[in-house]
Amino acid sequence: MSTAITSKSLSEIIGSFSAAEFPEATASRQQAIRILESKGLPAGKNEEYRFTPITRAVENVFTWKTQNTPTEITSIDPFLIEGLDANVLVFVNGKFSQSLSKIISPENEINVKSLREAFDKDRELVDSYFNKLVSPETDSFAALNTAFWQDGLLVHVPANTVVEKPLLLLHISDAANAQVVAHTRLLAIIEAGSKLSIVEKFDTTGEQASLHTFTEEIEIKENAALEYCKIQNDSGKAYQVINTNIRQADSSRVDTFTLTLNGQIIRNNFAITIAGEKCESHFNGLYMLTGNTLGDNHTVVDHQKPNSFSNEMYKGVLDGNSKGVFNGKIFVRPNAQKTNAFQSNRNIALSSNAAINTKPQLEIWADDVKCSHGCTIGQLDEEAMFYLQSRGIDKSTAQAMMLYAFTAETLNTISNETVKHYVDSLISERLHKNF
Amino acid sequence: MLSIKNLQAKIGDKQILNGINLEVKPGEVHAIMGPNGSGKSTLASVLAGREEFEVTGGEVVYNGKDLLEFSPEDRAREGVFLAFQYPVEIPGVSTINFMKTAVNQIRKYRGQETLDAVSFLGLMKEKMKLVEIDQSLLNRSLNEGFSGGEKKRNEIFQMAMLEPKLSILDETDSGLDIDALKIVAGGVNKLRSSNNSTIVVTHYQRLLEYIVPDFVHVLYKGKIVKSGGKELALELEAKGYDWIKDEVAVA
Ligand SMILES: Nc1ncnc2c1ncn2[C@@H]1O[C@H](COP(=O)(O)OP(=O)(O)OP(=O)(O)O)[C@@H](O)[C@H]1O
Ligand SMILES: [Mg+2]
Repeated sequence: MSTAITSKSLSEIIGSFSAAEFPEATASRQQAIRILESKGLPAGKNEEYRFTPITRAVENVFTWKTQNTPTEITSIDPFLIEGLDANVLVFVNGKFSQSLSKIISPENEINVKSLREAFDKDRELVDSYFNKLVSPETDSFAALNTAFWQDGLLVHVPANTVVEKPLLLLHISDAANAQVVAHTRLLAIIEAGSKLSIVEKFDTTGEQASLHTFTEEIEIKENAALEYCKIQNDSGKAYQVINTNIRQADSSRVDTFTLTLNGQIIRNNFAITIAGEKCESHFNGLYMLTGNTLGDNHTVVDHQKPNSFSNEMYKGVLDGNSKGVFNGKIFVRPNAQKTNAFQSNRNIALSSNAAINTKPQLEIWADDVKCSHGCTIGQLDEEAMFYLQSRGIDKSTAQAMMLYAFTAETLNTISNETVKHYVDSLISERLHKNF
Repeated sequence: MLSIKNLQAKIGDKQILNGINLEVKPGEVHAIMGPNGSGKSTLASVLAGREEFEVTGGEVVYNGKDLLEFSPEDRAREGVFLAFQYPVEIPGVSTINFMKTAVNQIRKYRGQETLDAVSFLGLMKEKMKLVEIDQSLLNRSLNEGFSGGEKKRNEIFQMAMLEPKLSILDETDSGLDIDALKIVAGGVNKLRSSNNSTIVVTHYQRLLEYIVPDFVHVLYKGKIVKSGGKELALELEAKGYDWIKDEVAVA
């Protein structure tokens, strides 16, 4: 890994962090700092960040001089999903806000608390699971996050429990008065036979830039299920690097949906480790980008055991000067016979200035497996456009219809109707849908 | 209604239409026949405004207006309808939603009030009867997984919904079973009036027994090489195209 960031910047970053304020996880923080010092942040030559110059932005855009200023946010209404009856967990500028959060599920269904608090009160869970799925060695932004995380969330669902109400995580950056740099964590353990739904939203207010690194570790035990929906409709000056690490035990199920609509540079490192047999994983993503947004999805599915099924479907619609990056790694380990692993990444470019880089990477060591992948980059089907127009429908409506239809199947992994409706409304708004 | 003079068109470097002349008056039905690849669908596409084809010469006047100046959607709004030889499948768009959008955009263009959900459904029910199409089909994604016959029936349903002045039916009979052919032809006949005209592209005399043409034309190598009454279709059915090809070769 090449070092792009100057040691001056790095020491500035390190200097901006007051270790005394964050006494938790001191050893792992220090180890992550050492990794950062030796590896730096990924530069242009780094294969994994070739198309995504976020390090340059970190260096050029952010001053690191200021501690995050106190927030003036007193209401979360603008950030909520209308009609969604959920447990709401709010982070503002990296800090967990007890007063803005609201847990409605009964205590015997779910244990949710600030991660810092959990270091005190749920030590056993923290010791067993914290920093186990994430590797600061493989991603320097995970290292950055591991070194400097300000707070996070512990979520623990006891065995054989269906959490009726979803968790809505709101990450708010209040960049009205100054730049925001926030590093947050999620540690979730869904015990055997249990079910949880997580919805995540990211919002920046104000005109200044925001940088948010978010690292998630989610353990899904035997026969448990997770539904996960991430909505990235942030401000044009928002930079995000999200490391999501999910591990599945036997017969568990995961359904995910990642929607990327807005932001300056959005990077999702999304990894599912299928560490059990007979698992099912469906993970979908949709990026519909305009302006100068760069949306980058790097995904990994690691089949470590036999008899599991994974299906990945990411789609992109790129307009303006936007840029989409997709990298899909599928590993099928020698032991993972009878694996079914499918991947597709289809893209539509609406403007000649938009760019897409897509790359499947399949590494299959087992012989009795079914794998397929397909990456396409295209324009709208002219014949279909003509068909719609020939019925009196104007070109822009016809285009919106086609795109709406193109995106529709990615929403199949969302089962909550209110969330689905909200996502649908965002897509419709993006398309200026009038039909 | 429609006056085509010396129409020429190409795609890429390939010249397909080589000077077509055709006059269609209100109330008339014209059948266009001709061997595979002679340019029938190309003519239909050019009239409907498919931009892939480049018009290299000639003119098309439709109700006193230069048809070639209009966008495809404006042609539809002006009353031109093409029933496709190969209707396109559009996953994710229901026929109902698609038709509602189309009907209302056309109504807007014509200065009529748009239809609300209730009156649209009323209109739809009425037109569904005409071609005996089932609502369950229309709830599905547009043509997706439709059988060949269902697609053709859906084309005529759309035609009924949009009430065109000039309809071009491109091999609407192919893929229809005998009963469906009667139903679809019956639908077309019910939509006929002294104010609207129909161009029927077909390979078979059978359809013309139901939709009786006033004129039959033979298109060959991008030109209309022979025209006649409905008996010409019978003659073609009996003798094939060789004699016409020979006539063209001699001339
Ligand atoms: N997109 C295209 N690119 C290249 N050639 C084309 C294209 N579309 C049509 N052609 C050619 O133009 C000629 C006329 O095609 P057209 O579809 O108009 O024939 P047709 O008379 O409708 O035939 P059929 O009876 O088989 O339907 C054919 O040789 C066809 O291959
Ligand atoms: Mg044809």
